Amino acid sequence: MTERLSIRMMVNGQTVAGQVEPRTLLAYYLRDDLGLTGTHIGCDTSQCGACTVLMDGAPVKSCTVLAVQADQCHITTVEGLASDRVQRAFQEAHGLQCGFCTPGALMLSKWIVEQRPSSSETEIRDLLDGLICRCTGYENIVKAVQRAVRMAEEDAPETAVGREVSS
Amino acid sequence: MSGKVMGTRVVRKEDARLTTGRGRYTEDVQLPGMLYAAMLRSPHAHAVIEHVDVSEAERMPGVVKVYTGRDLKGRMGPIPTAWIPPNSDLKMVEHPALAHQHVRYVGDGVAMVVASSRSEAEDALEAIRVDYRPLPAVHSPLAALEKDAPQIHEDAPDNVALHWTVGTPVEEAFRKAEVVVKRRFRQQRLIPNPMEPRSAVAQYNASTGEMTLWATTQNPHIHRVLVSGILGIPEHKLRIVATDVGGGFGAKIACYADEILAAYAARDLERPVKWTESRSEHFLTTTHGRDHVDEVELAGTRDGRVTALRVKSYANLGAYLSTAAPGVPTILFGLIVNGAYDIPYASTEVIGVFTNTTPVDAYRGAGRPEATYLIERIMDAYAQEIHMDPVQVRQKNLIKKDQFPYTNPFGLTYDSGDYHQALDRALAKLDYPALRREQEALRRQNKYIGIGFSTYVEMCGLGPSEVAGAVGFQGGLWESALVRVHPGGKVTVFTGASPHGQGEETTFAQIVADRLGLPMEDIEVVHGDTDRIAMGWGTYGSRTTAVGGGALARATDRVIAKAKTIAAHMLEVPEGAVEVEQGRFHPEGQTDRSVTIQEVTLQAYLAWNLPPEVEPGLEASAFYDPTNFTYPFGAHVAVVSVDPETGEVRLLRYIAVDDCGPVINPMIVEGQIHGGIAQGVGQALYEGAIYDEDGQLVTGSFLDYAMPKARFFPRLELDHTVTPSPHNPLGVKGVGETGTIASTPAVVNAVIDALAPFGITDLEMPLTPPRVWEAITQSKGGRVS
Repeated sequence: MTERLSIRMMVNGQTVAGQVEPRTLLAYYLRDDLGLTGTHIGCDTSQCGACTVLMDGAPVKSCTVLAVQADQCHITTVEGLASDRVQRAFQEAHGLQCGFCTPGALMLSKWIVEQRPSSSETEIRDLLDGLICRCTGYENIVKAVQRAVRMAEEDAPETAVGREVSS
Repeated sequence: MSGKVMGTRVVRKEDARLTTGRGRYTEDVQLPGMLYAAMLRSPHAHAVIEHVDVSEAERMPGVVKVYTGRDLKGRMGPIPTAWIPPNSDLKMVEHPALAHQHVRYVGDGVAMVVASSRSEAEDALEAIRVDYRPLPAVHSPLAALEKDAPQIHEDAPDNVALHWTVGTPVEEAFRKAEVVVKRRFRQQRLIPNPMEPRSAVAQYNASTGEMTLWATTQNPHIHRVLVSGILGIPEHKLRIVATDVGGGFGAKIACYADEILAAYAARDLERPVKWTESRSEHFLTTTHGRDHVDEVELAGTRDGRVTALRVKSYANLGAYLSTAAPGVPTILFGLIVNGAYDIPYASTEVIGVFTNTTPVDAYRGAGRPEATYLIERIMDAYAQEIHMDPVQVRQKNLIKKDQFPYTNPFGLTYDSGDYHQALDRALAKLDYPALRREQEALRRQNKYIGIGFSTYVEMCGLGPSEVAGAVGFQGGLWESALVRVHPGGKVTVFTGASPHGQGEETTFAQIVADRLGLPMEDIEVVHGDTDRIAMGWGTYGSRTTAVGGGALARATDRVIAKAKTIAAHMLEVPEGAVEVEQGRFHPEGQTDRSVTIQEVTLQAYLAWNLPPEVEPGLEASAFYDPTNFTYPFGAHVAVVSVDPETGEVRLLRYIAVDDCGPVINPMIVEGQIHGGIAQGVGQALYEGAIYDEDGQLVTGSFLDYAMPKARFFPRLELDHTVTPSPHNPLGVKGVGETGTIASTPAVVNAVIDALAPFGITDLEMPLTPPRVWEAITQSKGGRVS
């Protein structure tokens, strides 16, 4: 029987506890053990960023973090973003197509919007370097980030998505 | 009530779930008692399997069963090919799901472990002992054709998979030509890399004999046909589900061994089985794209008229024939190498070659990017040869507006277009004369910018099915739609297309909303489930809106026709005297008296008082077979800078003027173009699969294979013209692949233009800094004379 270790963490505001093999990656723990399948795994070399989650507020690739390393940490996944302005901005700016990299794109963008809101377009593109999206050509992801920054500046209430957009 | 939504930027219905982590991709499916499969793959490019010993693996913790190629021999069919181009002498070599005698590329499946967990299955792979006797391997198509090359399949002499020629005689035109330009272009091999890896979850119900297979596919119904044949499960007991699929780009068209092996194990073990490829496996085993060597000759006059084109292509098909592979370098390439130009004589010869590499199949554009690259590159070479501006050469040869419908030298009939207008728009946006002056001024400061053009046309929305048969595609190319109005007035649309990122849950709802006068919220589009949709052909080749949308428009119109009959009865007026507007039916000229679509629907289901001969219910289906292909076109321009010290290419501006016919949702269309351009630029500047001499894939991960990143791009400048296609009810032409098709040559032409002062006339893609730098340093001593 493989050794298992006890872990406890706060995921999307709820305390979770469990036992994992030491080699279990956070991404698999979230998906397979907690059923939080919003976090996607797109590669095995920590390049694509689809699995990005916030760990104690900072974006991390959850395929690069062992579940045991996240012990005692606060984790936010895409499921914990419900009705965030970043999601709304992605919808309105068409910042996603197939949606597979989107959870990672959203988590990274949320961090940019909150921690680097005065970034220029060039800086936003640099900050998105940890993300690979095959669908959008990034154009509308960049626009979505800018849109979310504007919403935050205007302190737009985080309400329903506008049905028609004229971006 | 709703307003008109066609042509507006409606946000996508898909996005509410996809931005909240509620998508349901195959890998997200978790079933009680589920087992996990993992595949042992050949580490050799070419070898004989002498012996496989699984005894230790079988004793590993959690292992339920280990399967080898020998175990499966005769128990399941081979992996099929579904495109047999006529007169191509195609060699239908056997492709077993697991190799039992020979392995023919690195990644070829050798054994499958099924275990209680993912990690236990992977651990057990390491305990399988395989004795291989390595054989010499060959990875390049030209080397594979040499006399002493290793033979990959016994029944494909000289490694020739197919040999196909098409076109008109060109010899006389070449004899009389004032100018002949020759080039050899290499279309490097690309790895599609949709962000979602392939995955399968199979569940078998032993009591009913029913199999459900969740799979990452672009065409679940084609899979149902093929998987049914391979596993011997009748179609009515086989359900393929592909609801949310994380991109495909052609790589999820093919029928692969792994998904079927998972289903085989699920039936054998009577337990659900999941298999998901790692990204490394994707690099090795999911089909690759392109990989041509194209020898191109253009004949023309000194004053800029192209008189003939001759193309000879060597297409690397990899170790086996993937599902659509034989059609890609032939039908989808050879018939359109003249591009958007009126060239009287043209011929294409294609030699498809087996090599010890991953099978090659459709990748975004599939054949048309290869065709567009060679014609757009040789047009620039021709312009240079006769000292004419590349724009002027294009203007002289583009098919003129009044020539449509235009029949090209290969017999294709281009539907409609105004190619000059698209180029004019791009030039206006660019301010071409000013940019040329700037280029000249910068050169004097040893700074190099280049301007590259691509005035492309492509063919998509393939059909009618009669043509599919004539070109050897082993399927139909019509599409189905069922529109069901429920008693309460809500609508479910069932489409046989299978979008996986293209947004048709939204655009199809827009089509129906306007026709029925219902709000978008009341319309749900269902796709990707063979139990919910009777039949369809899937999403690829930019066909979904042109063909699937055509079916939907027809089905919706049939619903309206029936609703009108019932409404007339309710209003007590003759049927012909009813008008429909925004979901209300009223007698002609009398808007004060009307019934709503909801009232009509309710009556259709209550059936208390229907007109004679009218059956209850309100739904209609359509199986729409298009009358011909559609031909999107446009003009793309790239402006680049090249740093002569480092060889680095920067994309400064990118202008795309596209015509995909009437636009249903501009936001979605622009998104398709953005993404397409990024992939085409990827081929031009960054991406390329590299095999070493032993047939090992050197670029086997995102660490080694350069995917385009956000920082590589400027903001894209888009514009469009609208020329409806007469070939389908909506007039739409398709837009999924145009960006990829157009952008690669635009960027390469721009780089070559920038490097003109160094005397550089061609470079092999991708134009990476080392390659460009080396070319500069080797040219004229690396200095401008």
